Amino acid sequence: MSESPERDARSIVDAPVSAGDSAIQFRDVNLAIGGKTLIEQLRFDILRGETLVLLGRSGSGKTTTLKLINRLLEPTSGHIKVEGRPTIDWDPIELRRHIGYVIQDIGLFPHFTVERNIALVPRLKRWPEEKTAERVRELLGLVGLNAEAFAHRYPRELSGGQRQRVGVARALAADPPIVLMDEPFGALDPLTRAELQREFAALTRRLNKTIVFVTHDIREAYTLASRIGLFKDGRLVEIATPEKFAASTDPEARAFNESIN
Amino acid sequence: MNLIDFLIRNRKEVLQLTFEHLLLVLLATGAAAVVGIPVGILLTRRASLAKPVLAIANILQTIPSLALFGFLIPILGSYGIGRVPAIIALFLYSLLPIIRNTFTGINGVDPAVREAARGMGMTDWQLLTQVELPLALNVIVAGLRVATVISIGTATIAAAIGAGGLGTYIFRGLRTVDRTLILAGALPAAIMALGADFALGSLERLLSLGSAGAGQRRRRWVLGISGIALGAALVVFLISGASSGGGARVVVGSKDFTESRILAELIAQTIEMKTAVKVDQATELSGDLCHRELLAGQIDMYVEYTGTAFTAILKHQPISDPRKVYDQVKADYRSQFNVEWLEPLGFNNTFAILVRGEVARRLGLTTISDAARYAPQWRAGFGQDFMSRQDGYPGFARTYGLRFTEPPREMDLSLSYQALANGQVDLIAGNSTDGLIDKLGLVQLEDDRHYFPPYEAAPIARRQTLDRYPELGGAINSLAGKITNEQVRKLNYAVDAEKREVREVVREFLSQLPN
Repeated sequence: MSESPERDARSIVDAPVSAGDSAIQFRDVNLAIGGKTLIEQLRFDILRGETLVLLGRSGSGKTTTLKLINRLLEPTSGHIKVEGRPTIDWDPIELRRHIGYVIQDIGLFPHFTVERNIALVPRLKRWPEEKTAERVRELLGLVGLNAEAFAHRYPRELSGGQRQRVGVARALAADPPIVLMDEPFGALDPLTRAELQREFAALTRRLNKTIVFVTHDIREAYTLASRIGLFKDGRLVEIATPEKFAASTDPEARAFNESIN
Repeated sequence: MNLIDFLIRNRKEVLQLTFEHLLLVLLATGAAAVVGIPVGILLTRRASLAKPVLAIANILQTIPSLALFGFLIPILGSYGIGRVPAIIALFLYSLLPIIRNTFTGINGVDPAVREAARGMGMTDWQLLTQVELPLALNVIVAGLRVATVISIGTATIAAAIGAGGLGTYIFRGLRTVDRTLILAGALPAAIMALGADFALGSLERLLSLGSAGAGQRRRRWVLGISGIALGAALVVFLISGASSGGGARVVVGSKDFTESRILAELIAQTIEMKTAVKVDQATELSGDLCHRELLAGQIDMYVEYTGTAFTAILKHQPISDPRKVYDQVKADYRSQFNVEWLEPLGFNNTFAILVRGEVARRLGLTTISDAARYAPQWRAGFGQDFMSRQDGYPGFARTYGLRFTEPPREMDLSLSYQALANGQVDLIAGNSTDGLIDKLGLVQLEDDRHYFPPYEAAPIARRQTLDRYPELGGAINSLAGKITNEQVRKLNYAVDAEKREVREVVREFLSQLPN
């Protein structure tokens, strides 16, 4: 826990990995819905403690890949292992409570206060009430919100940035080893967005979580990633550390890299 | 008599009818909520069912209420009239708004919220109860509100099939051309509808998120709670006003016209005066509902007319000898229905062919044959009953060689009086004992070809009831032959034209009757 996951992850990139180092494994995963192929021959590992950023254009399969991990979608063929166990062997409810989830539209419950939103998964897991309350205070601090001021507000009484912070706190509430984040900062204004990215990068270094982060923003990928996975038309065309990604010869990777030069 | 006076003087009856009305609505919409909300939820889980189910509910709601009651009568058999079909019809009407709003309310929940809930590991049940239902609640309540308001309105029509409620006043008022009575039914129904609309509307706003601040919400709570408290107080008040005791009881039925109500009241007061048996009344039973209710045991007795029983119920060819008709119906009812004909009351209420007095005087009309010459320039309006029965329009037209400018209009009997007085039609078939004849200045033409069979009024009762309370037969027969045509016309006039209370008019009449 005390080691820096960032350095840790980067040091083993591209080295052959054993199952023990992988939090999530994709093995020959295909997904077609209604005759349309969404994911093709996906085969890669997500390492324990790394922040893997899935990059790609809209509709390239990033979000679909994310939903395969917490079994909101199930593969047509192949399998995904979470903590060494195929997702179809997990009880889906159990699996999802084991994995934090943040989406672009946040999906805070409008009829719940900030406190109840964050405490959702701990309460679903029937944590003792005191432990839950303590955890909510701790998390609000972690995402930079004053517990006294915010715990009893409703989502509609928050700004966009504050809502996103609550969304992150909610995903981390039950201390899941894995967190899936689907363009969590996509809807924010550029300044708030940069601020949250900086804080989030610092946060991930402290937390030692396996994070799978979806974005179409190459700058965001470089800011946060220990590795970047690039999707095109349902295939993973490149997966590499930021340094190697910058030098990639893959045409799609070059197109992304050139967009910021 | 003005409306306020009427409401105060008939406080007990107004409350009774209001309570019946409320009960119909609550039972029907309550049942519709119990069925409709789960069905609405199911539709959100089985998308392929949504279209057909909503289409069926939609079709149900487009059936006119009277037609729906008509369909239910044969389907439900002996339960075909009264509260049961009324509640079933209101239930069916309430389903659509409740199902539709539950369905759209849940589907209207932000997909991001639903995805977040599932992604964080909520079970389907937790998603439904903790997220979807709370967020859709205001839309569901809006559906309940629409259903309740529709039911309160439609329940007034349920009086046509003897379900009681405030429609009883409205129908009675229409029949006697009494605006006060119509208002006495319509006004409480309208207040009830507005009250329900307001109360459920407040609840709906209370439940809707996003607009209200905390302070506003508290004020709405106060408003909502005081509304509910007021409603509860009203219900308690109504129940205490409408309760009645136990003991030996019989039910006297009456048809949907003033005379039948007066005769039922006459029987009821006589029984209560001469025996220890208490009497309940079932009023406003139109068409042959009295007959069916009697056979079903829903009522114990009512006053029937020999001609009606002879032709409309027993389907005999009309004959004109009163004695023969009476003997025949008495024998047939005893053998076919186990129903006893008691002694005739004395008067003969036959069809009265009526024209405006001014026309009769100008043209010198006294008989139907006189009028037949002018008929080709006239329009006629007849009740549904007269148009369809054995001894009604077809034979009548044949006997007198009648032809009008256009086919006779089929209209409500009470409306036909008004239509004649207003000159919208020129000839109608009323009842010879009708108080409105004098009130509207109409003239009855003599049946010079003796077409109409006798319609002697006589109480009829279930054999079982007479056996159970042997004192009833003697008590009722004390009225035998006591009421002349002129007297019954006066009684009708007192109620229809002078707007006096049936109960009071009958009490006065009985007190003057030599024992």
